[in-house]
Amino acid sequence: MANVIKIKKGLDIHLKGSASNVPLKGNASETYAILPESYNGISPKVIAKVGDKVKAGSVLLVDKNHPEIKFVSPVSGEVIAVNRGEKRKLLSVVVKPDATIEYEAFGKKNVANLQPEQIKEALLEAGVWPFIKQRPYDIVATPTDTPRDIFVSTHYTAPLAPDFEYILKDQEADFQTGLNALSKLTPGKVYVGVKKNSTLKPSGVEVVEVEGPHPAGNISVLINKLKPLNKGEIVWTVNPDDVILIGRILNKGIADFTRLVVLTGPETTERGYIRTIAGCTIKSLVEGKLLEGKEHLRIISGNVLSGKKVSKDDYLYAYDNQITVIPEGDETFEFFGWATPGLGKFSVSHTFLTWLIGKHKEYVIDARIRGGKRAMIMSHEYDKVFPFDIYPEYLLKAIISFDIDKMENLGIYEIAPEDFALCEFVDTSKLEIQQIVRNGLNLLYKELN
Amino acid sequence: MKALRKYLDKIKPNFEEGGKLAMFRSVFEGFETFLFVSSETSKSGVHIHDSIDAKRTMTAVIIALIPAVLFGMYNTGYQHYLSIGITPGIWSTFLYGLLAVLPIIIVSYVVGLGIEFTVAQWKHEEIQEGFLVSGILIPLIVPVDTPLWMIAVATAFAVIFAKEIFGGTGYNIFNVALVTRAFLFFAYPASMSGDKVFVRTDSTFGFGGGTVVDGFSGATPLGQINIAPAEQIGSFQPVDVLGNPLSLWDMFIGLIPGSIGETSTLAILIGAVILLFTGVASWKTMLSVFVGGAFMACIFNLIGTTVYMTISPLENIILGGFAFGAVFMATDPVTSCRTETGKYIFGFLVGVMAILIRVLNPGFPEGMMLAILLLNTFAPLIDYYVVESNISKRLKRAINK
Repeated sequence: MANVIKIKKGLDIHLKGSASNVPLKGNASETYAILPESYNGISPKVIAKVGDKVKAGSVLLVDKNHPEIKFVSPVSGEVIAVNRGEKRKLLSVVVKPDATIEYEAFGKKNVANLQPEQIKEALLEAGVWPFIKQRPYDIVATPTDTPRDIFVSTHYTAPLAPDFEYILKDQEADFQTGLNALSKLTPGKVYVGVKKNSTLKPSGVEVVEVEGPHPAGNISVLINKLKPLNKGEIVWTVNPDDVILIGRILNKGIADFTRLVVLTGPETTERGYIRTIAGCTIKSLVEGKLLEGKEHLRIISGNVLSGKKVSKDDYLYAYDNQITVIPEGDETFEFFGWATPGLGKFSVSHTFLTWLIGKHKEYVIDARIRGGKRAMIMSHEYDKVFPFDIYPEYLLKAIISFDIDKMENLGIYEIAPEDFALCEFVDTSKLEIQQIVRNGLNLLYKELN
Repeated sequence: MKALRKYLDKIKPNFEEGGKLAMFRSVFEGFETFLFVSSETSKSGVHIHDSIDAKRTMTAVIIALIPAVLFGMYNTGYQHYLSIGITPGIWSTFLYGLLAVLPIIIVSYVVGLGIEFTVAQWKHEEIQEGFLVSGILIPLIVPVDTPLWMIAVATAFAVIFAKEIFGGTGYNIFNVALVTRAFLFFAYPASMSGDKVFVRTDSTFGFGGGTVVDGFSGATPLGQINIAPAEQIGSFQPVDVLGNPLSLWDMFIGLIPGSIGETSTLAILIGAVILLFTGVASWKTMLSVFVGGAFMACIFNLIGTTVYMTISPLENIILGGFAFGAVFMATDPVTSCRTETGKYIFGFLVGVMAILIRVLNPGFPEGMMLAILLLNTFAPLIDYYVVESNISKRLKRAINK
């Protein structure tokens, strides 16, 4: 191990309901869907029509600005709906699967013999390109760019996050192929972040150990600590699960979107890793595994910090490999809650007596905001959980006032909304910080492109 | 509690848009969230939130102020009975102080919160908690004999012109409680300084009457130091209201004349421990103020041409409003520096300026209020340069890549 990064700032929130490394059986998903909302920075254009027969790997939609970026059906079957919302915004393209999946054949590829252009073509063709994201802006990468470096973090540190080494089991070859393909796409290096004492030993890439509390596993930590992003530079990032996907598609020559999704959270009866296909229904993952009837539940596609609220009829978001179920809490009214001693209420501050209980107790935290929105009052709150050489408060203020120069100068290119998740969690003033950052990045992208 | 909750749910529609009592909506919401923590759940962003909110933070500050409030009340009674030469029991002493101080607290809260409620309703916003702290700070930093109407006028001035016109809690540049104090100080100097106002000699609500003993002087120790002639260098001794010498211990405990909450360094230190432990106040600011003050006092010790210059750093810190300002005023997160480096600079300069004004300005025996207000002005500038250094580091990196 050459490189070790240690961070101190951050916060591990110990939630009840962690999954042990065991497989769990899911139900069959009645439909599958592509959700354009999963991907930032694209304007979707629907290619398939309702009633079309498709195979796994057939194109359903493309990006208007870069039509070569294709979004393909994860299964074979019939397109049964193209759902649109307000202002005809495309919400989802839904496919009803056949009993057995038929695949479009793309042909097996030997990465070692391919030119970068051919690899790009293969990834675009098979519909896995959208899994490559770029910084700045945290959007789907542009195929014509050449990134300075590519970053992959295999160390999931968010609350109740899956263990990548368990996911990787029996897929090591695909992971390696994926990394090989990626390293051909950049003149720089592919950096792979791993946890301390990891057994992961991919070759041909720069392996970096990351230690510390969440957000240690966030990709921004790797970028910021290894090679900060400067104005004008582009780097790409890929989730490790999607590196496996890329490798598998190159190795097998078919669009096999199988992935492992971990079911976690205090309101589940069974927890573990479910083998499923991207775009499956939430119902197929959670049905029969929830503590229902007692109180309202909140199902989250992703983790509690940066995931999205979903219902059983919704679909798994594209990049997600985790479902978390927590109590909603909207039926709870706490009498004089702000004045009680607060034993058992989780807080980073010592204003609640929770510190008496000790650091490692596991908590059930519901979805209540627990306070009214205020102006920023406390200082140094965000900094304590923000391990980057950036002044989060000043960057946020620059974003709110949309001062482009200030945003650039204060380091907006180096971060993604998820890096602010902990700031949002600890915020006394209850501001929607991730949303502020996302809007800022989107506006900035529009302004400069 | 369920019945109360049901009742609130029942009357709630009246206060919503178009309801009969919609004009009191902010007030209703204020009381509702005061009674029950809102059950609103997150719609975007993180799904779980830390339990802390603005109410909890302000509550922590108020709890930290309680020792100073209680001691201030006791000391008010103590000084009163000392001045009329009676030694009643501890409870009578406290009761007298309670009766003397409570009206000030009530006036401060009623005026300040009244304005806050009105503005919140006018702007269709939630009521903000900032004044809960300012409202208790104000009584603690005024002399006990300040007329109530003056406190009302000054509080109204401060809340409107130092806070609401800037946008409310979180946007103000100056510490609201200190602006109140400054307004009193400059608008009614006769009632705010000298040796008549710091000890109440009259009865309160007919309680604790008596005649002032001979030789009484209500001058605070700092007031005495300020007027001491240069011949007394080396032999100067602060005295209590009857002319008996005061020991360092008396001054630390706080049984001396002064503004209501500022006299007891002990009570303030208890508050400081609470603030620092809960993490509500920054130890960096607090420590830097003390370091800055001690540093400046040492420099004056070296010069030593007036009695004030020869006062030791320790006495400078435990006398007057220095400790109170350092713990409760300089650490106000909104009006002090918001960057960590900035906090060291801010705190140090507050300490230096406070002692500088105290010692060199013959008009004011105390300098803490002016020092903090002055540095409030400079806090954004200090932060600007701290942030600027981060920016130039980033730009350099981009050039040298």
